[in-house]
Amino acid sequence: MQSTAHAFKGNAARALEDRQLQEALANVPKGFVGKRAEARARLPEFDALRDQARDLKNHVLANLDLYLEEYERKVFEVGGKVHWAASAGDAREIVLSICREAGAKTVVKGKSMITEEIGLNDHLEGAGIEPIETDLGEYLIQIRGEAPSHIIAPAVHLTKEQVEADFRRLHRDLPEDRRLEEVDELVAEARSVLRDKFLAADVGITGANMLIAETGSSVIVTNEGNGDLSQTLAKVHIVVASLEKVVPTLEDACTILRILARSATGQECSTYTTFSTGPRRAGDPDGPEAYHVVLLDNGRSELLGTDFREVLRCIRCGACMNHCPVYQAVGGHAYGWVYPGPIGSVLTPSLIGVEEAGPLPNASTFCGRCEAVCPMRIPLPGLMRKWRELEFEKVPPPFAQRFALKSWAWFARHPRLYQFASGLVIPVVARMAGKKGAFNKLPFGNGWTRHRDFPAPQGRTFHQQWRNQKRRRARS
Amino acid sequence: MSDPASEPAGPRVGLFVTCLVDLIRPSVGFAAVKLLEDAGCVVEVPAAQTCCGQPAYNSGDRSNAVAIARQVVDAFSEFDHVVAPSGSCAGMIRTHYPSLLGDDPEYGAKAKSVAAKTYELVSFLTDVMGVERVSARFYGAVTYHDSCAGLRELGVKQQPRRLLATVTGLTVQEMSEPEVCCGFGGTFSVKYPDVSNAIVEKKVADIASARAPLLLAGDLGCLMNMAGKLRREGRHVSARHVAEVLAGMTDTAPIAQGEPVTNPGAKR
Ligand code: SF4
Repeated sequence: MQSTAHAFKGNAARALEDRQLQEALANVPKGFVGKRAEARARLPEFDALRDQARDLKNHVLANLDLYLEEYERKVFEVGGKVHWAASAGDAREIVLSICREAGAKTVVKGKSMITEEIGLNDHLEGAGIEPIETDLGEYLIQIRGEAPSHIIAPAVHLTKEQVEADFRRLHRDLPEDRRLEEVDELVAEARSVLRDKFLAADVGITGANMLIAETGSSVIVTNEGNGDLSQTLAKVHIVVASLEKVVPTLEDACTILRILARSATGQECSTYTTFSTGPRRAGDPDGPEAYHVVLLDNGRSELLGTDFREVLRCIRCGACMNHCPVYQAVGGHAYGWVYPGPIGSVLTPSLIGVEEAGPLPNASTFCGRCEAVCPMRIPLPGLMRKWRELEFEKVPPPFAQRFALKSWAWFARHPRLYQFASGLVIPVVARMAGKKGAFNKLPFGNGWTRHRDFPAPQGRTFHQQWRNQKRRRARS
Repeated sequence: MSDPASEPAGPRVGLFVTCLVDLIRPSVGFAAVKLLEDAGCVVEVPAAQTCCGQPAYNSGDRSNAVAIARQVVDAFSEFDHVVAPSGSCAGMIRTHYPSLLGDDPEYGAKAKSVAAKTYELVSFLTDVMGVERVSARFYGAVTYHDSCAGLRELGVKQQPRRLLATVTGLTVQEMSEPEVCCGFGGTFSVKYPDVSNAIVEKKVADIASARAPLLLAGDLGCLMNMAGKLRREGRHVSARHVAEVLAGMTDTAPIAQGEPVTNPGAKR
């Protein structure tokens, strides 16, 4: 996917002007925030589970090689095959060659952010293989030619009316009086179209929420059941997952499952939680003939020895973006690459470089709500600040900004001069405001005063007044 | 904790005024001094202070942030406690100085000790000085915004509400989401003014829904942002720092409003 992360500001400005988007985005706090809070309140040990999950994942990351080797061994034992992909390009090629070997014309896909990250759909299409997204949200954005705007609700930027219009445009045989107003009616319509595609597909591709070293299983959680059909009906099942998804045991997987859905949608658990372990065995009623896992690195192992390793704990629940005031204001597309919201602001510079993605870690008020809700206790604001520091070293800010920061810092480091200068300037500024108490225009603060007034200083500075008081006290 | 009855003088508190209070709204600083003195503290204001360094720290300018942090540590080491009328500046000193200066052989230990004795004003009054009530009067309803750093870094939530409940004549009417960010974010409001505006627009709508004529908070940065927006939108809600109300010092004009005082709730 071509990144536009460098153009965040322009992307955001367009998003703020987009009425339909703004209407759709209003559902984010309504839909997710309250439900997570209720789910948390219903489970007294929720925060203790978060600690447990954090420690568990830290342990895995410290021993990643061991668990991955164990996982690979187990997958092999149950009849599957693990393919190691160092880069996005490697992963695309591996998937394509498996599809070719299977003689695939169409593949059905469960929802997967990793296949977005590696740009799989375009690659398959370029090779004459048709990828069909089966998650309702993914299906919608696929027919619109868009990227997901949220990691668990890819089409959250669309209104129901937009979806209905798209269906009426594309599903030609749709009777005019067919109702398409409620979400379940839309789901039913998508299902009816997708059913035949499931049956016809040669290969099913899914992501994985977790990989279990002890059993060689992959785990997916969905609410539509589409992932299950994708992986059981086709002859070949390919799991594409990044390597930090591995956990040691089934028990560990359950620890994470207990906080995943609660953090994501406020459900106790998702409607479907599916464990796949290898291909169909003799006597199994269904399942694929072949089972492949493509393990993607794509820069992650390089994060292991750095401060940024903490993002590798992420379980992609989406809570950080659901609670983010910036995400709520501009939506996911403004972030310009695969992962939006706070997790994207930390992960994207790690994966595509801070030169390209520099605006993202800057686009945060540091309100800290993402960290407060992250089930894996990832210190997202702290990591964004780390990126700001690296960016400051690598890509110096524009001259005006640097000059302002430098002169301010110089004064801040010289308290006597600072107080002398502010003692001169501030009373003058206060007088300029006169009795109004605020400015509706400032020579250098256009960004601020375009939208709000700037409160005027009261008069003399605190330090001026304090000094005078002390002198007076001393005299009397 | 000190007991004024058995000691000749209460604890020595260094007031970290904060740059915004110093420049824009000194009345908050004087309200803080009054509240601290009423609680039995001996208040001093070291002259060698400017800012806590957040503008540099949050812009990625670590070296200036470190230099400013050292200056603050030097100026405040000698006090029993350091108190700031701001959750964000107190949070900067308390939670971020140790990581900024922790590895500094000269400053590491000193920074940690200053950090450990630094507090946001209102929570200092209740949690350290054991203040249970104030003697102020304010006739009217207020709504209270939980500023992010105070809330999430320092756990300031019930303390201001507890003290406000003891102000004669005052009632708190909560907005629906007092914990949602106002969109200020320091340099964020300058770097991304349009996004910041979209956030504060929602915030003031929520503030207005509380139907209280006065908005209070514990951080001047957030207050300037919200007051500036309330005024631009012509909403009939004034804004003040919570310390002014707790200290009974509401004869100044509210933030972003000129004389004469138009605060509908203020009666003395
Ligand atoms: S960073 Fe945390 S909150 Fe955000 S998606 Fe990952 S696990 Fe969820």
